[in-house]
Amino acid sequence: MAATSDTAQGNGIEVEALVREFKKGPRAVDGIDLRVEPGEIYGFLGPNGAGKSTTVLMLTTLLPPTAGTARVAGFDIVSQGPQVRSAIGAALQEAALDPLLSGREHMRLQTALHGIAKDERQTRSDELLARVGLSKAADRKVGGYSGGMKRRLDLALALAHQPRILFLDEPTTGLDIQSRTALWEEVARLAAEDGVTVFLTTQYLEEADALANRVGIIDHGKIVAEGTPAALKAEIGRPTVEAVPREPGDHDRMVAVLGRFGELAGASPKGAAVRLEGGESQLAEVVRALDADGIAIEHLQLHAPSLDDVFLTKTGRSLEGAEEAEAEAEDAAAEEEAGVA
Amino acid sequence: MSSGVRTQVGQLARRSMLRTLRQPAQVVPALVFPLLLLAVNSGGLKDATNLPGFPTDSYLTFALAVPFMQGALFSVMNAGTDLARDIETGFLNRLALTPLRGLALLSGLLAGAVVLGVVQAIVYLAVGLIAGAELAAGVGGIPVLVALSVSITVAFGSIGLFAALRGGSGEAVQSLFPVFFVFLFLSSMALPLELIQADWFKAIATANPISYLLQALRSLLIEGWDLGELALGFGIALALLAIGMWAASAALKTRLVRT
Repeated sequence: MAATSDTAQGNGIEVEALVREFKKGPRAVDGIDLRVEPGEIYGFLGPNGAGKSTTVLMLTTLLPPTAGTARVAGFDIVSQGPQVRSAIGAALQEAALDPLLSGREHMRLQTALHGIAKDERQTRSDELLARVGLSKAADRKVGGYSGGMKRRLDLALALAHQPRILFLDEPTTGLDIQSRTALWEEVARLAAEDGVTVFLTTQYLEEADALANRVGIIDHGKIVAEGTPAALKAEIGRPTVEAVPREPGDHDRMVAVLGRFGELAGASPKGAAVRLEGGESQLAEVVRALDADGIAIEHLQLHAPSLDDVFLTKTGRSLEGAEEAEAEAEDAAAEEEAGVA
Repeated sequence: MSSGVRTQVGQLARRSMLRTLRQPAQVVPALVFPLLLLAVNSGGLKDATNLPGFPTDSYLTFALAVPFMQGALFSVMNAGTDLARDIETGFLNRLALTPLRGLALLSGLLAGAVVLGVVQAIVYLAVGLIAGAELAAGVGGIPVLVALSVSITVAFGSIGLFAALRGGSGEAVQSLFPVFFVFLFLSSMALPLELIQADWFKAIATANPISYLLQALRSLLIEGWDLGELALGFGIALALLAIGMWAASAALKTRLVRT
């Protein structure tokens, strides 16, 4: 990499043409460029197998890149691995905890391994356990924790050595809405009050929308869109109207009518949707056109542009639909080559 | 060893010991099965003491060394399975993100094997003595017997760590168990080397290091203080430990590809 920018010198992340190719698998990360500014929450959004976790493994020094460069907190991820690790905290996919140890024992191990002075370990542990709401459960074995409690402990462990940059790999996958919201609040507070830079991967649109200052959308190892959630949605700019005919036999005729107003979009099996080229004001025209053709409508709904629309526009597929198709090839290949569980 | 590495070893040793003590399913079989086999063998093979040249008239005393070896085999499973679980759950990645040294990780993990080795040695010896076995080396032989038992347990445990790091799964570790058991049977487990009649069996048992570990343990029980046997036993245990740790360290470098 040429000159190091302020982004990478501080708490930022700077990535150039990063590639990871697996011997027996796909090119999981295919030449991505990105910058994360200090104190920013960067949402890395994409379906399973898109390259999110492989990117995180490379940026956290657990997987060497095939090509390209990246600097995290000013340190090169290949030649300055130990310095990178001292500057970052990470909660990787699946909270990796020991079910036979208590939350407090985890904190004790983590703080000691990070070289925190003996007299500070207890204080730091107590503070972090209190921050994530686990003070009362601190002496219980982790095997009895709920999924949300495990994730919160995982976050506390990642913060044990007061990192400047935090990597969270799908931190809320599998959590109920309450646990998810609590974790969002804590992550937002870390960035806002402590100035921690957060690199967050997620497959949840609402998570990226609610939490991230900027979002990078990755698909098949390439970043297909990047910007603030508002800017990305504004770029698409067109709302979608979805309609379901009262009589199933009218479906094809309804599709033909909707097609006059713009590009057809994904919808439920019984219905059809169109991205309105003229914006919301066209809704009345759509209703009149359907009525003029004698098509009775069971259900009609106007959707504001979402990040899924952004994904759809950029990739031709819906994010939610892309999940199964891409399976878990990325994870399997990464595990095989990196020895990652 | 720097204070940082000492802290790392100490913390991981503490975790390893806690894990061992909190898993009765690891401790109990390692204590019970070898003692059951001891009861069966010492009852069924006691007439072997009538063979000319048999070193003792108590087959129980002769056979008491075997549980120490069988217990060590369980340590292969325990140490290896624990590490394999860490790999499978991603806990090893959590450790890899700290400034942890590889040697500290392996040493710490073997601490659980040390605890198990001490507990096993004391229980086997106590049960054996209560059942009528002899300890020719006397009270002074007890710490040496425990130390030898722990050395063997840790040496075998290091091989378990290697299997876990190489295979990356609990199944890979468990596949070692029958291999070790075959090695145990093809040794001087049931008869002294000099009394084995079949040439092929005698040749294998003579080349098998487990025979000499058994002889070192037996020397304390049957003969008293045979420094040559003890030196050979400790030497083989330490050599196995060195080989196991070297192999495990190499496998750890492959497994932990952090930059």
